[in-house]
Amino acid sequence: MNSPTIAVDHVTKSFGDVTAVDDISFEVYPGEIFAFLGPNGAGKSTTIKMLTTLLRPTSGTLRLAGKDVVREQAAARKAFGVVFQDPSLDDELTAYENMELHAVLYGLPRAMLNERIDMLLKLVELDARRGSYVKTFSGGMKRRLEIARGLLHEPQILFLDEPTLGLDTQTRNVLWAYVRELSRDRKMTIFFTTHYLEEAEDIADRIGIVDRGKIVAMGTVDELRQQTGTDSLEGAYLALTGKAIRDEEVSAGDNMRAHMRARRR
Amino acid sequence: MMRVIYVLWLRQLKKYGRSKSRVVGAVGQPLLFLLALGYGLGSVFARAGKGDYIQFLVPGVIVQTILFASIFWGVNILFDRMLGFLKELLVAPVPRLTILLGSVLGGATTGFLQGALVLLVSLAIGFRPYSLPLTLVAFAIMAMLAIGMTSLGAGLGSIIDNMPGFQAVNNFIIFPLYFLSSSLYPLDSAPPALKIIAMFNPLSYAVDALRGTLINQSHYGLATDFAALGITMVALIAFGTVCFRRIQT
Repeated sequence: MNSPTIAVDHVTKSFGDVTAVDDISFEVYPGEIFAFLGPNGAGKSTTIKMLTTLLRPTSGTLRLAGKDVVREQAAARKAFGVVFQDPSLDDELTAYENMELHAVLYGLPRAMLNERIDMLLKLVELDARRGSYVKTFSGGMKRRLEIARGLLHEPQILFLDEPTLGLDTQTRNVLWAYVRELSRDRKMTIFFTTHYLEEAEDIADRIGIVDRGKIVAMGTVDELRQQTGTDSLEGAYLALTGKAIRDEEVSAGDNMRAHMRARRR
Repeated sequence: MMRVIYVLWLRQLKKYGRSKSRVVGAVGQPLLFLLALGYGLGSVFARAGKGDYIQFLVPGVIVQTILFASIFWGVNILFDRMLGFLKELLVAPVPRLTILLGSVLGGATTGFLQGALVLLVSLAIGFRPYSLPLTLVAFAIMAMLAIGMTSLGAGLGSIIDNMPGFQAVNNFIIFPLYFLSSSLYPLDSAPPALKIIAMFNPLSYAVDALRGTLINQSHYGLATDFAALGITMVALIAFGTVCFRRIQT
C-alpha cells in the first residue's frame, strides 16, 4: 500500500484535567474517504484542530503528507484544505475577493489565479455571484464557497468538520457528490467528522468510531458489523458506545471545554 | 511575503472604504471638537495672551483623530476572531507575524488618512502650518503615532472577548490619555501636578511634536518628542505582537 497521507500516532490532548483526545492512532491513505463518527464532545473537532495546526498535541505526533504538523508547520499547512464547522469567510469582502486572498496566502502564481478561481466558483455554482458580498449569501452558499476556497491550492488532503451541519438535504447531496468526485478523480484524501450515522455509512470508505476521546473501533461498515456481531452500523455503534447518538447531548467535558475556551480568549 | 502583506493591507483598506459610517464618524467627532472649542474658547485663549486657539488646537485634534481611529481599529481583530475569519489566516502557510504586520499597516494607513483629512479640513477653516518641509515631518509623526496606536488596538482586540469590553477598555485608555496630555491646553501655564502627569503621558510628546512641526511651538523640544514617541511605538508594537501570538481558537 502507498504511504499514508494522514498519520496520527499516539496523540493525546488535555486541557487542564480534561483529556479531550486520549491516545489515538490512525492512518488514512491517498484517495480514501475517512469519517470520524461520534457524539458531541467525543474529541472530533479537537482532533481536526490538531491536524490543521490550530492546536498543539499534548503528546504524540501527527503527520500530513509526511510532514510533522508541529515541526514542519508551513509544509504541513500547504498539504491540506479545511472547511471548519463554523464559517471562516470575510463577510465584508466579495466571494471573489475571499478566494483571491486565499490564493495569495498559499502563494499561488498570479498567472493561474483567475482561471482556477473561475473554475472552482463554477464547480460550486457561485460564478454568477462572484462579485457579491459574502454577507448577502445564505448558509448553504457560504459553505459551498468555503469548500471552493479550501480546494483552491489543490491540497492533497481535505478536512471537513461537520460539513453538513445546518444544510438542507439538497445542498448536502450536492456537497457529497463533489467530495466523492474529488477523492475519485484527484486521489484527494478526505477526512470528515460527523455525528450522523447515515452520512458515515453512505460516504466513507472507512469509519473510526470515537467516544470520550478514544477510537473505540475502526474499519469499513462490514468490518464494524462483524467485529460487533450486529447487522447494521447503528447496531455496531450502539454495541460499542452503549448509547444512541443524540444531537442535543452535551457532556460535562463539553461544557468544561467551552468554558475554558472562553477563558483563554 | 510582500504579496501577502500587500493583500492583507488592501483588505483593511477595502473594509474601511466600504463602511461609510466609519469614515464619517471618525472625522466628524474631531471636527466637532475643533469647531466648538476652537470658536467657543478662542476669544478667552486670545485674551489670556496665548494667541490663536485654532492654531494651537489643530495638532491636538489631529492626534485625537489618529488615537481614536487607530485604537478602535482593533475591533477588526476582535471581529476576525469572533466571526471565524481568523482561522482562515491562522491555518495558512504564513507566519503569524506577517499576518499581524499586513493588518496593522492597513489599520495604521486608515488612521493616518483620517488624521490627514482633519488637517486638510482645518486648512479650510483658517489653520496655517508654519512651513512646508516641517509639515512633511509632521506627516512622519502622524504615521508613527498611527502605527503605535494601531498595534495597541490589535493587542487589545486579541485579548478582549467582546464588544462592550473593548469599548470599556478603550474609554479607560483613550480619554485619560487624551485629556491628560497637552492636546487641549498649553502646558507651560498648567498646574505642576498636571504637568507631571502629562510628562509621563506618551501622547503629550506626539501632540508636542506635531505642534513643533506644524506651528513651530514646542514645549519639550523635537528631539525629546521623537525619542519618547519612538520608545512608545516600539513598546506598543511589542505589546500587539505578544497578544496576537497568544490568540488561540
